Amino acid sequence: MLPELFFAYFAVTVIVFSILVITRRNPVHSVLWMLLLFFHIASLYLFLNAEFIAAIQIIVYAGAILVLYLFVILFLNIKEEVKTNRFISAWPTGFTFGIALFIIFILSLRSFIAAPPGIYSIDVIKAETHTKALAKILYTDFLFPFEVASVVLLVAIVGAIVLAKRRLKS
Amino acid sequence: MVPLNWYILLGTAVFTIGIVGFLMRRNVIIVLMSIELMLNGVNINLIAFSHYLQDLRGQILTFFIITVAAAEAAIGLAILIALFRNKATAHVDDIHEMQG
Repeated sequence: MLPELFFAYFAVTVIVFSILVITRRNPVHSVLWMLLLFFHIASLYLFLNAEFIAAIQIIVYAGAILVLYLFVILFLNIKEEVKTNRFISAWPTGFTFGIALFIIFILSLRSFIAAPPGIYSIDVIKAETHTKALAKILYTDFLFPFEVASVVLLVAIVGAIVLAKRRLKS
Repeated sequence: MVPLNWYILLGTAVFTIGIVGFLMRRNVIIVLMSIELMLNGVNINLIAFSHYLQDLRGQILTFFIITVAAAEAAIGLAILIALFRNKATAHVDDIHEMQG
């Protein structure tokens, strides 16, 4: 009973916060609701025994990405922003498309068949600690994707600097 | 024990809200934040699968998704700064140079 209650609390807050994020007029309010949303998602990860991912979620998403968004909002004129329309004129199309996609997802959920369970049960992870078990897979089976991820980050750094810097006078 | 379907439904709901926000909002910053919402919906699903199928590969995928989300946020916001410099607007319906 207690796990269901916890899940119900987190599910309701996550959905309410994400609706608040996309409907607030003031972008700063949106970012702050999103901060609260990320903390709730991180607690959901803790609830699923993924404590390393929960820490990463808070450090990277709440600590780095949202601060980046807040910095860019400084470019906006908030006084003008709260007076104009929130939605584009074609918003019913987008809304209908989203609802239709949700219904399709729910219908496809009925034909879901679970795969046979793997070897990492809770006891195995508890004996080996979560971070160590994760690192063992990451640095053996997923070594090549890991290196590719570092290249992706390098491209992002270089690309961000090239895009955002002022053009030099030639 | 919470059933796996509940988590899938929650992740799907967050993903759908992200899609709706992406297609409806005028402000480019909120549009980028909707992309983050969609990635988070996928992350919830992956972690739930990883827990219920007792396989850590789902969490590795989440790891890569967070990496890509950070890269995407940096690039997207840099594009936004270049846009502010050239057009001084943050509304998607004011940017219509390419529709002729």
